[in-house]
Amino acid sequence: MLDNLQLLFVWAPIINLQVILDGIFVGAVFALSAYGLALVWGVMNIKNLAQGDFVIMGGYLALSLHYLGIPLPLILIIVVALMFVFGWGIYILIIRRIIDQDMFVSLLATFGLSLLLQQVLNLFYGPEVQTIDMKMGAYDAFDYMVSIPYSKVLSLILAAIITFCVVVFMKRSRMGQAIRATAQDPRAARVLGIDTDRVYAFTFAFNAALCGAAGVLVSIIWVIQPFYGITYSVRSFAIVTAAGLGNLPGVISAAFGIGLFEKYTGMILGTAYEVAAPVAILLIVLIIRQISMKRNRQPVR
Amino acid sequence: MCFGSFYHFGVTGPALAKVEGDTITLGSALSFTGKYATNGIHTQRGYDFAVDRINSTGGVKVGGKSYKLTVKYYDDESTPARGAQLAERLIQQDGVDFMLGPYSSGMTKAIAPVSEKFGVPMIEAEGASRSLFTQGYKYLFAVLSTTDLYLPGSVHFAADQKKSIGKSPSDTKVAMAFEGDPFSMDIRAGLVDLIKEYGMKIIIDDQLPADLSDMSTTLTKVKALKPDILIVSGHSKGAATAARQIDEMKINVPIIAMTHCESAKVHEKFPNASTGFLCPTQWVPDIDKKDPMFGTAAQWNADFIKAHPEYSSVPYQSAQASAAVYVWKEAFEAANSFDKDTVRDAIAGVEMETFYGDVKFGPDGNNIAKPMFLRQIGADGSYNLVGSFADLAYPRNVKY
Repeated sequence: MLDNLQLLFVWAPIINLQVILDGIFVGAVFALSAYGLALVWGVMNIKNLAQGDFVIMGGYLALSLHYLGIPLPLILIIVVALMFVFGWGIYILIIRRIIDQDMFVSLLATFGLSLLLQQVLNLFYGPEVQTIDMKMGAYDAFDYMVSIPYSKVLSLILAAIITFCVVVFMKRSRMGQAIRATAQDPRAARVLGIDTDRVYAFTFAFNAALCGAAGVLVSIIWVIQPFYGITYSVRSFAIVTAAGLGNLPGVISAAFGIGLFEKYTGMILGTAYEVAAPVAILLIVLIIRQISMKRNRQPVR
Repeated sequence: MCFGSFYHFGVTGPALAKVEGDTITLGSALSFTGKYATNGIHTQRGYDFAVDRINSTGGVKVGGKSYKLTVKYYDDESTPARGAQLAERLIQQDGVDFMLGPYSSGMTKAIAPVSEKFGVPMIEAEGASRSLFTQGYKYLFAVLSTTDLYLPGSVHFAADQKKSIGKSPSDTKVAMAFEGDPFSMDIRAGLVDLIKEYGMKIIIDDQLPADLSDMSTTLTKVKALKPDILIVSGHSKGAATAARQIDEMKINVPIIAMTHCESAKVHEKFPNASTGFLCPTQWVPDIDKKDPMFGTAAQWNADFIKAHPEYSSVPYQSAQASAAVYVWKEAFEAANSFDKDTVRDAIAGVEMETFYGDVKFGPDGNNIAKPMFLRQIGADGSYNLVGSFADLAYPRNVKY
C-alpha cells in the first residue's frame, strides 16, 4: 500500500492522470444508471434492485446487434428503444401491482426480477464473459504511460449527449414536466389532469432505456457476464444515496466522485477493493446523515 | 447393530453389487447440467472412451476371469451439495465400491469426504486444487497435476532469462494479479514460495474481485513499474478481461503467464495482445508418452476425434478422464481382488506410463510423476509447447 502511494505521488505522478481519466470514464457510465434509479425511486418510490441487470441486458442486446454488423450509433438507438418497450412491459406486468405496497414488496419483486433476468441471460448467452471489441485503438501520451482508448472517449461523448437529451427532456417536454409534477405530489398532479399511471409507466420505461444505454457503453469499454449486474446496482444505490433523489447535477457529480474514489482505491489497495469502494461510500453517507439528523432532532414542545 | 447389518444385506446384497457376473460397476456424479456442464460432458466422453476400449480389448482380468467395466452416472447439476448426496446414493443404495471423480475441484471437495467416510476408493481426473491433498484423505487419488504446479515454469523462465544476460535471478521484478477464490489462491501459493526461493521482488500483488470487469488500475501499475513477468489467474473471465485490457493499454511485459487462455479463447478475441502468452495445460497430444492400451498420446487423440468428430481439438479434460479409467484397470489387476482396501493399496502402488503421462501417486494421493506443461501462443494462434527458456519466444513478440 505504501509502495502504491509512493508510486502515485513520488515515482510516477503522471499516472494520476490515467487514474483520473479512468475514474471519469467510469463515472459517466454510472451516472446514467444512477439517474434512472433516482427517477424511479423519486417518482414512484420503487427501489429497483434489478437496475444492474437492466444494464447487463442492454449490454447483451448490444452484443447481439454488434454480431449482426450494425454500427454503434444505430445499436445505441435500437437498444434504447427495445429497453424502453421492455421497461413498459415490466411495468404493466409487475411494477403496477406493487406501486402502492410497502417497501419490502418492491424490494422482493425487483430482486426476483433481477434473479430471473440473470438466469435468462445465462440461458441465452452462457456464463462466459463477453465484450464488443470496437478495434478503435488508443491514444498514448507521456511515453506510453497514459493510454486513452478511443472507445472510452466515445462512450464519454455518448454519455454526455444522452445526459444532455435527458436534461432538455425533463425541463422542456410535456412528459418531463408531468414526471416532475408527479414526483412532487401525485395527488395534485392527478387533480390537474395528469394520468399518473401513464407517467409511472413512462418513468419506468425511461429508466430501463437509460440502463440499456449504459449497458451499451459497458459492453464496449469493459466486459459483460450475466451475473455482473449486482455491481452496477450497488454503485447506482451508492450514488443515489450520496446525491439524493431528483437532483440530476448531484447524481452526475456523485457518479464522477464515486468513479474517481473507486479508481484511487483500486490503485492504492488493489483491484479487489474497487468494488468495495462504493459500498464504503454508501456506509459513510448513511452514518453522516444519521449524525446530522440526530443533531436536528428536537423534542416536540 | 443387528438391524443395521440386516438392512445392509437387504439393500445391497442381491440386486446391485459393484461386481456382478462379469461386470465391474464404477460410479460417478458428474455435471451434465449447470455451469460445469460443458466440461462435465468432456469428462464423461473421456471415461466412456476408455471403458469401451478396455472392454473391447479383453476387459479387466482378476483371478483368471475377464470382467467388463461399466460406469453408473448421476447428474450433480454442478451443485456441491447435490454431488455429495449422489455420492452417498451411489455407495449406499447402488452398492458402488469404486468411484470415478466428478468435474472441478469444488465438486471433488464435496464428494471426497463421502467416499472417504465409506472407505470407497476414488480415482479422480478433474480436481486439481492442492488443498484436496492436504486433508489426509486415504481413498482419494488424482491422475492430474495439482494447482501449485500450474505456473512455476513461467517463473523459472524469468529466472533463466536473467541468467542468460549475466544477471542474478533475484533482479527479477514480478507482478501478480490473482482472484481470491481457492483455485487461484492455490496457484498463487505455489508461486510465492518459488519466487521467495529465487529472491525475486514481487512489485505488484493485487487481488482481483470475483465479478471482475475492469482491472485497469492493476495494469496502470504494471505500466509504471515495468515488471519482467506478469502472472494472472482468475478463471476464464480473468483471462478475457486481462487480455482485453492488456491489448487496450498496450502492456509490454516480456513474459505474461495466465491460466484459462484456451477456455477464454484469448487468441480468437485478441489475436494481437495474446501473442506470446504462456498458458499452463495438463496434457498436450504431442508429448512423447505411450501405453499398450491407447498407444501414443497422438494416437489417443486421433482415436478420440474419430469417436467424437465434433471436436477440432480435444480438451485435456477428456484425456485425463480416460487415464483415470485406465488406472482402475491396472489397480484391479494388480490387486487381483475386489476388496476395497486391497484395491486401494494397489492404486497407491500403481506406477505406470500412459499416453497421458506417467502416473505414480504420492502419499497424499496426487500424481507426482506427471509434469505440467506450458504452451506459448504464437502469432498465428498456435499453441507451442515450451520446455525450457530456449524454446520461449522472448520477449513477447507483439506490436501494438
